[in-house]
Amino acid sequence: MTTSSKPDITPQSASLKAKGPSTDLLKQWLRDMLLIREFEVRTMQAYQNKKIGGFCHVYIGQEAVAVGCTAALEPNDPVVTAYRDHGHALARGMDPKYGMAEMFGRIGGCAKGKGGSMHFFDKEHHMYGGHGIVGAQTPLGAGLAFATKYEDEIINGGVSNRVTLSFLGDGALNQGSFHEAQNLAGVLDLPVIFVCENNGYSMGTAISRGTTMGHDITSKAAGYGFDSAVIEGMDVIEVYEGMKAVVDKCRETSRPAFVDMRTYRFKGHSMSDPRKYRTKEEEQQYAQDDPIDKLANELMNNRGLSRDEYDVMAKEVKKQIREATKWAEASPIPDIEELYRDVYVEKFGPYSGTSLPAMLED
Amino acid sequence: MPQRTMVEALNLALDQSMANDENVCVMGEDIAINGGVFRVTKGLLEKYGSNRVMDTPLAECGIIGTAVGMAIYGLKPVAEIQFSGFTMQAFDQIEQNMARYRSRSRDRYPISMVMRTPYGGGIRAVEHHSESRESYWAHTPGLKVVIPSGPRNARALLKASIDDPDPVVFYEPKAVYRAFREDVPDEPETMEIGKAQVVREGADLTIIAYGAMMRPVLEATDDLVELHGMDIEVIDLLSIKPMDTQTLVESVTKTGRCVIVHEGPRTCGIAAEIIARLNEDAFEHLIAPIKRLTGYDIHFPFFQVEQHYLPDADSIIEAVKETMAFDA
Repeated sequence: MTTSSKPDITPQSASLKAKGPSTDLLKQWLRDMLLIREFEVRTMQAYQNKKIGGFCHVYIGQEAVAVGCTAALEPNDPVVTAYRDHGHALARGMDPKYGMAEMFGRIGGCAKGKGGSMHFFDKEHHMYGGHGIVGAQTPLGAGLAFATKYEDEIINGGVSNRVTLSFLGDGALNQGSFHEAQNLAGVLDLPVIFVCENNGYSMGTAISRGTTMGHDITSKAAGYGFDSAVIEGMDVIEVYEGMKAVVDKCRETSRPAFVDMRTYRFKGHSMSDPRKYRTKEEEQQYAQDDPIDKLANELMNNRGLSRDEYDVMAKEVKKQIREATKWAEASPIPDIEELYRDVYVEKFGPYSGTSLPAMLED
Repeated sequence: MPQRTMVEALNLALDQSMANDENVCVMGEDIAINGGVFRVTKGLLEKYGSNRVMDTPLAECGIIGTAVGMAIYGLKPVAEIQFSGFTMQAFDQIEQNMARYRSRSRDRYPISMVMRTPYGGGIRAVEHHSESRESYWAHTPGLKVVIPSGPRNARALLKASIDDPDPVVFYEPKAVYRAFREDVPDEPETMEIGKAQVVREGADLTIIAYGAMMRPVLEATDDLVELHGMDIEVIDLLSIKPMDTQTLVESVTKTGRCVIVHEGPRTCGIAAEIIARLNEDAFEHLIAPIKRLTGYDIHFPFFQVEQHYLPDADSIIEAVKETMAFDA
């Protein structure tokens, strides 16, 4: 899947609802999804050219999830996710140049080039990061929700009015930390929504092989007494409308919820995944369900988006990512002393004797 | 003799142990159909079936806990944790159950199992995909900790670990996985756990290292011997716990100087333990303070700067020269 400047216009496949969000909003979402797609295409190229180190997981195919979910939130609602995190950070508003520089290991990156692909943080946009350990971010979602509620109710004496989205993949459904997080969120009435981006595979293991009740994962949330929803994640309008209802209710009731967000990653688990565990036919079938083509078709067929307008949009996005990549390449590699910064509050940590390397001694 | 990479050698050890003993089962994330992310278990599913070669959910705590249950009943599970950074999710099961079952049951339920996991940097990865936390496991009573350095000893030590009556944490230096080939015989071969190997004899100074650090150590040693005329003794620890104190003490008693190299963080690292033992048993023979060249006390850095974190031949040469030049 690359950014196609000529979506295949097949009216039969246009499944989007005619009503719903305004055309301007839909155009914005199309642009947002194109931006994520283009970012990921350039990411893959840069990885292959060895400009990016570390393990790298691209979001291609799942763009509608990050964009639709973000649209259902207020700007100051916290978001936390796992390692396939580029889409969430970009949808949340992070400038792509900070993401690209992060993966290039440059000081200008969103984590000073120290975290890489799996660790996109953006405090300004309330993005509490990507996380590399499967499931380990989910209790953080519960904690963030506790904190916003505490601030709103106890410190400010008002009503809880923020919602935390805690994303996870379907592989994380089986981690103990996730179950502990759900129970805590339920016991403490926390305004957190666990959004399971169910792309059907935990790395190379199909959900049917690795997860009990994999055909109906909302049954797990039912065990915790949560409201849940199954949302078609390849359709940004459905994502938005489904999430809006869940988010609004969570904001109002301060009760946790769970979402089975049905999606598909078009690429492998990571850049080094031979994808032997699924068939080419399956991949081709899902390629027909491309969320970007789907929205572009809707806009062209029913909302008056012209081909020229689309081409201009795609071109702008390409230019933006090209410039982000250039900016990232120009950003310096961190100084060696950066190795020791930010581990503790002190500049180089509370070290003494030979535990402080000679290079850091004044 | 066939030449094998470490990945192939480990695969051979697993294959032969499974062929030899139907109690040996392997389990882990994507180890069956995919053959593991590093392909160490490649082909085992086809040969031994899904009852003995199991893809597990992404649930490290569950993997180790389940393996413990299998082991206390009498099976010999070899559980793979995909990266050593992911073992932290299983810390409780390793520390509280895997390590303690023989003791807790007062030997009624001995536990023979292996946790295999790739560790270490040098592959342009990131913190939890690059770190070396062998100290945690060495600190835990009840566990053995084994770290091979090349294909041949990896194969022999993995067989020894599977055969061992106690639980073994088997750390595989992923930077060495495909770095070179070595003669590894088809016939089963084993090594004693708890024995270090003197890989080069020398009179002036002892370098002690293990795992992936053996390569830069040997590279540095070539330089030190050939260009600087130093007679260096090199010891490959191979087993962190039990530690072969005798071999270390004998060597340092002879040379009087010692440099220890590891990539794990410095504070409470394995070097600290070695220094304590040498202090106890070889103190009067020391000519110079023992030097440790280690990773820093930081989280493993991202790829652009990881070479500054990892000890390399240059920094090892420097450490050896400083120790040789020491003048009380």
